[in-house]
Amino acid sequence: MMENNRGVWVYMEQKEGRIVNVSLELLGAGRKLADKLNVPLSGVLLGDKVKHLCPTIFEYGADEVYVMDDPILKNYRTESFMKGVNHFAEKYHPEIFLFGATPNGKDLASAVATDLCTGLTADTTMLDVEVETRLLEASRPAFGGNIMATILCKKHRPQMATVRPKVMKALQPEMGSKGKIIEEPLDVEEENLRTKVLEIVKDTKKKLKLDEADIIVAGGKGLVDEKGFALIHELAEVLGGSVGASRDVVEAGWIGHDHQIGQTGITVTPKIYFAIGISGAVQHVVGMKNSELIIAINKDANAPIFDASTYSVVGDALEILPILIEEFKIALKQEEEEGEVKHA
Amino acid sequence: MHIVVCVKQVPDTRIIKVNPKTNTLDRRGIPAILNPFDSHAVEAGVRLKEKVGGTVSVLSMGPPNAVKMIRKCVEIGADEGYLISDRFFAGADTLATSYALYKAFEKMLEEKPVDIIICGKQTIDGDTGQVGPGIARRLDIPPITNVIEIKEVDEKAKKVVVKRKLEDGYEMIESSLPCLLTVEKDINPVSYSPLPNMIKAARYEPTIWKVDDLNDVDKKQLGLKGSPTIVAKMFAPPKLEGGKKIEGNAEQQSKQIVSLLLEKPELFEKKRGRA
Ligand SMILES: Cc1cc2nc3c(=O)[nH]c(=O)nc-3n(C[C@H](O)[C@H](O)[C@@H](O)COP(=O)(O)OP(=O)(O)OC[C@H]3O[C@@H](n4cnc5c(N)ncnc54)[C@H](O)[C@@H]3O)c2cc1C
Ligand SMILES: Cc1cc2nc3c(=O)[nH]c(=O)nc-3n(C[C@H](O)[C@H](O)[C@H](O)COP(=O)(O)OP(=O)(O)OC[C@H]3O[C@@H](n4cnc5c(N)ncnc54)[C@H](O)[C@@H]3O)c2cc1C
Repeated sequence: MMENNRGVWVYMEQKEGRIVNVSLELLGAGRKLADKLNVPLSGVLLGDKVKHLCPTIFEYGADEVYVMDDPILKNYRTESFMKGVNHFAEKYHPEIFLFGATPNGKDLASAVATDLCTGLTADTTMLDVEVETRLLEASRPAFGGNIMATILCKKHRPQMATVRPKVMKALQPEMGSKGKIIEEPLDVEEENLRTKVLEIVKDTKKKLKLDEADIIVAGGKGLVDEKGFALIHELAEVLGGSVGASRDVVEAGWIGHDHQIGQTGITVTPKIYFAIGISGAVQHVVGMKNSELIIAINKDANAPIFDASTYSVVGDALEILPILIEEFKIALKQEEEEGEVKHA
Repeated sequence: MHIVVCVKQVPDTRIIKVNPKTNTLDRRGIPAILNPFDSHAVEAGVRLKEKVGGTVSVLSMGPPNAVKMIRKCVEIGADEGYLISDRFFAGADTLATSYALYKAFEKMLEEKPVDIIICGKQTIDGDTGQVGPGIARRLDIPPITNVIEIKEVDEKAKKVVVKRKLEDGYEMIESSLPCLLTVEKDINPVSYSPLPNMIKAARYEPTIWKVDDLNDVDKKQLGLKGSPTIVAKMFAPPKLEGGKKIEGNAEQQSKQIVSLLLEKPELFEKKRGRA
């Protein structure tokens, strides 16, 4: 039975006609696995009027796309999406099937794995495959990120995993890449579905979404109190960045949970991340370590945050921040004026 | 209305220590507690009961000492507790767990119908969030995950409307009953237990079923044997290297940071664009 299962599949989550980033990242990760196993890489795409996304999926590395395009699939619902995905999986039996660990990706993967009666590894952050045994080695942080566990699924196929956003890397898209499209109809009637999406409401309150910010200034308990933490807001304002925080700061009530970075908050990968007065507990570091450039300010030279940082500043944040804010104000004003001269 | 909340006893992983040399967990003295997410699920069940009437049962698969955790649920306001406990269940991954709990639901359904099932969003030990949707699939009822509010319940029309959290907002979903919800912590705070509940809880004895008390169980699908996934190894997370030190007094350090960042002018484009 298991010998019939071939191919690496990635579920292509889309939202309002755009493929979400984690799915493109998974095509990058899936490409490596498929090459090692010498099998095709396929995207699985479901939605309403989504066929035009196939070229993008090829450009990001897929050889094939399985598509189901139906008005019933306009909004995500477990029932209808699960039916569609199961149809493809039961007919074409992949050996590996990856999903983004988003709310909908996790929801869908859990339902699909139950129906296919196979194993599902949750929230994976490392993926590899052992070529001889063709086993997927899916590793995930456990017990608060203090330890990693590698999970195998030896006897059931497909081997399924959900993978955290922002840990895998998407490939550079290759414009004009082509592949095979396998389109099949969805066998579901609206009147047989038991759930309805009544409305979708976007949260417009958050001015700049933290996980999309280029610059994040994050503060920890080292700022001492809310007054000290105000300096974090000030620096972020000057740089046009967003404010992040450690869990202890959120628990102290200095800022809302929306700003918490880390394992139980959000994962971010900005171009610049300031970690100020943050000790660098693993639970915090997992949420920011993939930032492009990390500047840590801490008065304890042995703080673990310095292991994760690109630049380490040992010093008192309450002393450094006011000076830093002033220096940035001056420097940015100069840049601006020079810029204006150039444009004039 | 019969509301059933699934609850799991977990080690308090928030205080668990990992031995960095051996990569093993030091479980000594770590208390077993009600999974924190599940306390919100029980509370959600109790509040729903206060609104529409009925009973709240809790169901757990776990070791015999999980009785204590079930008493905790009675303190929060649950009326009945069911525990399935047997060595056949041990070592289950999420697939085998949802199978065992599904069999327990079948048994419960012989006594009375279930209108709504509530699970926590995830546990703090296995931390997968997969068990709830798995139970729903096996019972063939709709699962709705990441619920932050139960907006309306219409018992006659057998319908609920719930608010489901998304990454960038929320959606309102209408579902027929019975259905299964997994709830976020945001759904409600857990209130202090009233004294009468505490008194009832102290003496409460839940219904305990062993595997042979359930009907038509395929033992091959239970516990370690019935689990497709295995934890093959544990290892320390990859070590980070650390970077360059910026020396000097506060002023010198600030100047260096500024000039470092100004070397990356593209980073300030947005700011300038707005200015
Ligand atoms: C380090 C580690 C990693 C693991 N990784 C995986 C993995 O990737 N895939 C996998 O399939 N298994 C995995 N497991 C096994 C799995 O976590 C559990 O053993 C399984 O029984 C329950 O899954 P969970 O704790 O993730 O529950 P979740 O799915 O996170 O729990 C969600 C909700 O389901 C209900 N629930 C869960 N368990 C019970 C129960 N016993 N009784 C009543 N209600 C319950 C509760 O309402 C709970 O809030 C892992 C275990 C460990 C120790
Ligand atoms: C299951 C679990 C999940 C968790 N999830 C998260 C999460 O998502 N995100 C998260 O952040 N945490 C999380 N935590 C908590 C985490 O373990 C730490 O407790 C937390 O990150 C510490 O916050 P902190 O660095 O602000 O505070 P502390 O650890 O108290 O560190 C304060 C730091 O500031 C420095 N300092 C003090 N004064 C100054 C000064 N004047 N100038 C400069 N530096 C100074 C100190 O040297 C110290 O390093 C989680 C924990 C658990 C168990």
